[in-house]
Amino acid sequence: MTITATMTVNGEERSGVCEERTLLVTFLRETLRLTGTHVGCDTSQCGACVVLIDGDSVKSCTVLALQADGRDIQTIEGVADGDELHPIQQAFHENHGLQCGYCTPGMIMSALDLLKHNADPTEREIREHLEGNLCRCTGYHNIVKSIRAAAGKMAGAGA
Amino acid sequence: MYAFRYHRPDTLDAAARLFGECEDPRYLSGGHTLLPTMKLRLAAPTDLIDIAHIEALKGVRVEDGAVVVGAGARHADVARSPGCGAAIPALAELAGMIGDFQVRNRGTIGGSIANADPAADYPAALVGLGATVTTDRRAVPADGFFPDLFETALEEGELVTAVAFPKPRRAAYMKFPNPASRYAIVGVFVADTGAGMRVAVTGAGPCVFRVREMEEALTRDFSPDAVAGIAIPEDGLNSDIHAAADYRAHLVTVMAKRAVAKALG
Ligand SMILES: Cc1cc2nc3c(=O)[nH]c(=O)nc-3n(C[C@H](O)[C@H](O)[C@H](O)COP(=O)(O)OP(=O)(O)OC[C@H]3O[C@@H](n4cnc5c(N)ncnc54)[C@H](O)[C@@H]3O)c2cc1C
Ligand code: FES
Ligand code: FES
Repeated sequence: MTITATMTVNGEERSGVCEERTLLVTFLRETLRLTGTHVGCDTSQCGACVVLIDGDSVKSCTVLALQADGRDIQTIEGVADGDELHPIQQAFHENHGLQCGYCTPGMIMSALDLLKHNADPTEREIREHLEGNLCRCTGYHNIVKSIRAAAGKMAGAGA
Repeated sequence: MYAFRYHRPDTLDAAARLFGECEDPRYLSGGHTLLPTMKLRLAAPTDLIDIAHIEALKGVRVEDGAVVVGAGARHADVARSPGCGAAIPALAELAGMIGDFQVRNRGTIGGSIANADPAADYPAALVGLGATVTTDRRAVPADGFFPDLFETALEEGELVTAVAFPKPRRAAYMKFPNPASRYAIVGVFVADTGAGMRVAVTGAGPCVFRVREMEEALTRDFSPDAVAGIAIPEDGLNSDIHAAADYRAHLVTVMAKRAVAKALG
């Protein structure tokens, strides 16, 4: 059966028709056409689909669109300020934190949640935090470096 | 996933009433076990009753020497709760070891114990601390809550509302995690409680169990050496691609030793 889901996505109220069984990631990608959020595994392992619900990072392949009804969602499309990249995005760019880029949206959403709770994480804390985000290209090293660099920059900017 | 109807009640009464009215309903909490199971078509309920919006199920509080965790409290809520961290740090640490950061932002204690996965972490804390499970019908002691593999004392439609963990004198949890999922290959919760010594093991068998011989040894001498020589039989333990039964039996002793050392600080 079709049903309407309504949520705030990247600061704007968005509605779309879906089924009860539609996953949040499918709703974002196929109904709202926000294809920055990726599907890597569809089994809650890889973290390519991470978005923020009310500020908390979650795997949107394991959340129903209807569970997110009425909530505040942030996706990778809502991270930059117009043409100006977010410091985390800029740091991934500067530190070669991506190769194919498939895992990157999830990595950045996950990093946003980490820096919210811990503005100055150690390398070890970053690695532990990324437990649920898999990357098949970079070997993680430059991802960790990017997040460290972003943390430094955000602290410097008083953000 | 097969099609289903979705409901979002605000109260316990409304949830229970809906459960009674639907053909083959399931409660939906964090969905981090149920939705993957439905994707695999291992479950195909006609109706999902989303209990995540029921206020009465939320929160972690400290009351009369016990930490009371609402069934809807997420693993992240327990891991970060200052009250739980101060009263029973081993419980907050256990919650912080479940799955990964995103799993902890969705999964709840009610869903974890109602599901009773043999490799789940919370059952070790419930049995290890002698907790009491409260439902919308009654109170059930943790010792009788997990009778067998994926089985609980819950009746059809019975809803877990909270779990009360009495504060121990000292306690610790040690787990040997599966490197991919972080589920426990073996996890051991050791607690020196007001009501005696408790050693609870998860991951090793079909469901959580206590090791009386270790409890007696720790009553005499609370030290890692007291349990170091106690081997548990491998009969009836789990054997799968992750670990054979004899390896799990060995890990029980190793994790118990480490948990005692940790509890001693
Ligand atoms: C990638 C991944 C890694 C994980 N790693 C671990 C791990 O290391 N350790 C671990 O312990 N767990 C792990 N889990 C499981 C996770 O903790 C689950 O979230 C948890 O087991 C189920 O909680 P839930 O709130 O998501 O329940 P749901 O999936 O919503 O529900 C599970 C079952 O419980 C029932 N239920 C839910 N709430 C109640 C209630 N209040 N009363 C009665 N019945 C109820 C539902 O009807 C359903 O049958 C992992 C999960 C994933 C996806
Ligand atoms: S697609 Fe969601 S975790 Fe992999
Ligand atoms: S950059 Fe290719 S998967 Fe991470």
